[in-house]
Amino acid sequence: MPGPHLPFLKFPPVVPEVLSLKNIHKQFGNLHANHDISLSLKRGEVLALLGENGAGKTTLMNILFGHYVADSGEIEVSGKILPKGSPKASIDAGLGMVHQHFTLADNLSVLDNIILGTQPLWNFRLQRREASDRILDLGSRFGLDVDPNARIAELSVGERQRVEILKALYRKARILILDEPTAVLTPQESRTLFKTLRQLLEEGLSIIFISHKLAEVLEVSDRIAVLRDGKLVMEVEVSKASENMLAEAMVGRSFKMPIRKEVPAGESLLDFDKVSVLGPHRLPVLEQVSFSVHAREVVGLAGISGNGQRVLADLISGLQSPTSGQVCLYGQPLKRFHPREMLRQGVGRIPEDRHGFGVVGDLNLAENVISEVYKNPDYSKMGFLNLKNRQKFADKVVQEFDVRGVKNHAPVRLLSGGNMQKLILGRVLLQNPKLILAHQPARGLDIGAASFVYERLLEAKMQGCGILLISEDLEELLRLSDRVLVIHRGKIKEAGKAGSLSTTNLGLLMAGRQADAS
Amino acid sequence: MRLEPRSEVSPVRFILAPVAAVIASLLLCSGLILWSGASVFEAYWMMLTGSIGSSFALAETLSRATPLIFTGLAAAVAFRARFWNIGAEGQLYAGALMVTFLGTGEINIHEGLLPPILFMGSFAAGSLWLFLPSLIKIRFQVDEVVTTLLLNFVMLLLVSLLLEGPLKDPMGLGWPQAAPVLESAELPRLVQGLRVHAGLIIAVILALLIWQLQIRTTLGFEMRAVGLSRNASQFAGMRVGNILLITALISGGLAGLAGYSEVAGLKGNLTLDLSPGFGYTGIVVAMLAQLHPLGVIGSAFFVACIFVGADAMSRSVGVPNYIADVVVATSLLCMLVSMLQIKYRIRWKS
Repeated sequence: MPGPHLPFLKFPPVVPEVLSLKNIHKQFGNLHANHDISLSLKRGEVLALLGENGAGKTTLMNILFGHYVADSGEIEVSGKILPKGSPKASIDAGLGMVHQHFTLADNLSVLDNIILGTQPLWNFRLQRREASDRILDLGSRFGLDVDPNARIAELSVGERQRVEILKALYRKARILILDEPTAVLTPQESRTLFKTLRQLLEEGLSIIFISHKLAEVLEVSDRIAVLRDGKLVMEVEVSKASENMLAEAMVGRSFKMPIRKEVPAGESLLDFDKVSVLGPHRLPVLEQVSFSVHAREVVGLAGISGNGQRVLADLISGLQSPTSGQVCLYGQPLKRFHPREMLRQGVGRIPEDRHGFGVVGDLNLAENVISEVYKNPDYSKMGFLNLKNRQKFADKVVQEFDVRGVKNHAPVRLLSGGNMQKLILGRVLLQNPKLILAHQPARGLDIGAASFVYERLLEAKMQGCGILLISEDLEELLRLSDRVLVIHRGKIKEAGKAGSLSTTNLGLLMAGRQADAS
Repeated sequence: MRLEPRSEVSPVRFILAPVAAVIASLLLCSGLILWSGASVFEAYWMMLTGSIGSSFALAETLSRATPLIFTGLAAAVAFRARFWNIGAEGQLYAGALMVTFLGTGEINIHEGLLPPILFMGSFAAGSLWLFLPSLIKIRFQVDEVVTTLLLNFVMLLLVSLLLEGPLKDPMGLGWPQAAPVLESAELPRLVQGLRVHAGLIIAVILALLIWQLQIRTTLGFEMRAVGLSRNASQFAGMRVGNILLITALISGGLAGLAGYSEVAGLKGNLTLDLSPGFGYTGIVVAMLAQLHPLGVIGSAFFVACIFVGADAMSRSVGVPNYIADVVVATSLLCMLVSMLQIKYRIRWKS
C-alpha cells in the first residue's frame, strides 16, 4: 500500500545555511567600510572572521545586528530576509553577540542581567523562579556553571563571559557571535571556553568567531574569512590555512614580529620592598610585594585580570600610594605618589585603558601629545602655551610613530585603537623615560600595530630603559620579557627567565597553583 | 528614527546650529502669537523694531545684554570644565552686596580707587559665594547642581534680610532698598541720555580675555581637559581639584561682576528685584553660544532683543510679554536638538 503523499514533510537540506550575507556594502563618507562582502555560515560550523582593526569586522557585525543599515546588500537568516536596521529583529531571528567588552551591570545579579529586557515592563511579578530554572538548566547542559544569584561584581572575567554566553542562549540564540572572546582569559579558561563552544556546536548552534590570535583561530574554526580594508580578501577551509598565510592576508604584506635580544641587565631602577595596599573594606589588594626592574631589562608580569595588576600600575603611575612598604626609584625611596612626580622622575606610563586614561578623546592630537609636558618651558612660558612647539612635537610623534588618520583639529577619539596607542607610545618615548610601565600595551591592537609597539619597546630597552610589562597575553609576555613574574591575589612570585618557561606552567601559576617541576 | 554618529564635525554646522535653533523657536512661538489673536508678521516686526529699530531701543537692548554677557560667561567657563554652576543668580547678588558695602560711602575709600576696588570686590564676593559648594564638591563629591542652586535662595533671603535691616536706605521712603552708590563709583554712560553703560565694554573685554585664556594659556588647556576627562587629566599629571577650584572661582567672580555692573551702571542701588533671573538666563545664553566666550556676546544680545522686543510687542499688538520667556525657553530646547545634530545624523527611515 503506497504511503500518503506528504509534501510538507520534506527533510531540511543536509547542511543548511543558517546565515548568509549577500553583497553587503557600507560607506562612511569616502571610506568603504564594507565593500561587497558575501559570507555564509552553515549549521554547526565555526566561521572565524579575521582582520586588522578597521578592516570592517565591527561594521559588518553592526549591520548584522541592525545597529547600522547597509547601503546595499541583504542578510538572510535561515532563508528569511532579515529586516534592516532593527536590533530586535536580529535578536528575534536568533542572533546573539558576546562582546569583547562585556555589557553587564556590575551591581546586579547574574539572573537580573540575563532577564533584563526579556520580560514585559508592566508585569507585576517578574518570573524570576522560571528564569532561574532555565538558566541553571542551560548552564548544566552546556557546562556554563554560574550561580544565578551571584553579583556580577564578584565574578571573575571568565565567569562574566559565561554569563554573556548564557544571556545569548537565554534569548534562544542559534547563531553566536563572539568578539575577541579569549582576549581576557587564561590559557586554561580559553580551553574551557573552546570546550563549551564544541558543546554548542553539537546542539546545532553556529558560531562566528572574531579574533586576531591566529593560533586559536586555527584551533577552533572550520572555515576562516579574512577582511582587509573592507573587502573579503580570503576565504579558506581551516585544513588549508597556515598561520603565516593568514597573517599576510590580514596585513596585506609580509612582515616579521620583532625578536627579543638578551643583553646583560644594568643597575636596579625600580625596587618594591614589601609593598602592601589595602583596598575597600581594608582587604589587601597587594600583599607584601617585592620585586625589582633593572636597566636594559623587560620584566613581564603575568596574571589573570583583577589580581592586583591595576593597583600595582596605579602605584607606578602615581595615582595611588602604598599602605605600607617602600618603593624605591633609582635607589631613592619615593615619598610622593603623584603622576607629575613620576613624570618628573622619568617614568613613562602606558595605561591599560587608553580611552579613559591615556587620552582625552575630545581633544585633538596636538593637545593630547603635550598633556604630560605642557608645563615644560618648551611648551609654555608664564602660563602661556607655545603653540608652535606644540605643533612641532605633534608632527614629530605623527612622523616617528607612524600615526595615521590624523586630521588637524579632529578629536583623537576618531583614531583607531592602534593609532591612538602609537600616539601614547610616542608621547611616552619622546620624553626619554628611564623606566617604562607598559600595561597591556597591545590590548585590542591588530598584529601590525602590536608588532610596531613591541619593536619600539624593545628598542627602548636596548637604549637602556627598564620596562615593566603587565599583560594578560602570555604570548606577548614570552615574546618580550627577559624575566617573568606572576601575580595572584595580590601576591607576586618570580616565575623565572623567559627562555625556561612554558605557557602551561605560567597558566598554573596564574591560577595560584604550583608549577610542574618539569 | 535612528541616530548615526558623524565622523567629522563641520565648523559650518557648528555655527548654523544656534541659528537653526533660533529660527525653529520663533516658528514654534508664532503659534502662540496666532492664538492670542495677533498677526505673526506684525508681532515679530514690532519685536524687531522694538529691540533694534531705534537708537533708544538698541541702547535698551544693549544695557539688557550687559549682565547677560557676564552671567553667560560665568556659565560658559564653568560648564566647559563640566562644573555645573547653577548659582550665578546668587553670585550676582553677592557681587551687588559687596558693591553696596564698599561703594555707598560707609567705608572711606579714595575716589579714584573706588571703581577698581568695587570691580575686584564684587569679583571676590561672587567667587566666595561659590567657594563653599566647589570645595565640598571637590572634597566629598557633593553634587554642585544642588548646592549652587540652593545657595541662590539663601542669598536672596540674606539680601532681603539686609535690605529690611542694616542696609535699608534711610532716605528710601521705607522701600526695601539700599543706599545709592557714590557718584565716583558709578560706571559712566556710553551715550548721554541712554542707559547703555561702561559695563558693556567691561563685559566684552572680559569675553575676549576668557577666549584668549581658553585657547592660549595652560590654565585654559587644563580647564578644557579636566572638563572632557577627569581621569585622563589626572593621569597626565594635572591637579584636577585645584583646576576645578580655580574654574569655579573665575565663574563665580564673573557672575559677581554682573551684580557690580547692574548696581554701579544701571540701577544705582541694590534692590531685591535687581536681577529678573539673569543668573538663570545666563545658562541659556551660554548654551546658545555653545560655551564659546565670543558666542556669549552674540547670544546675550539675541536674548536681550527678545526680552526688550517682547515688551514693545506687547504694548503695540497686545501679545503678553511672557512670550519672551517662551521664546527663550524653546530656543534652549531647540538648541539642545541642534547640538545633537552636530554630532549625530538623524535618519528617519530605518
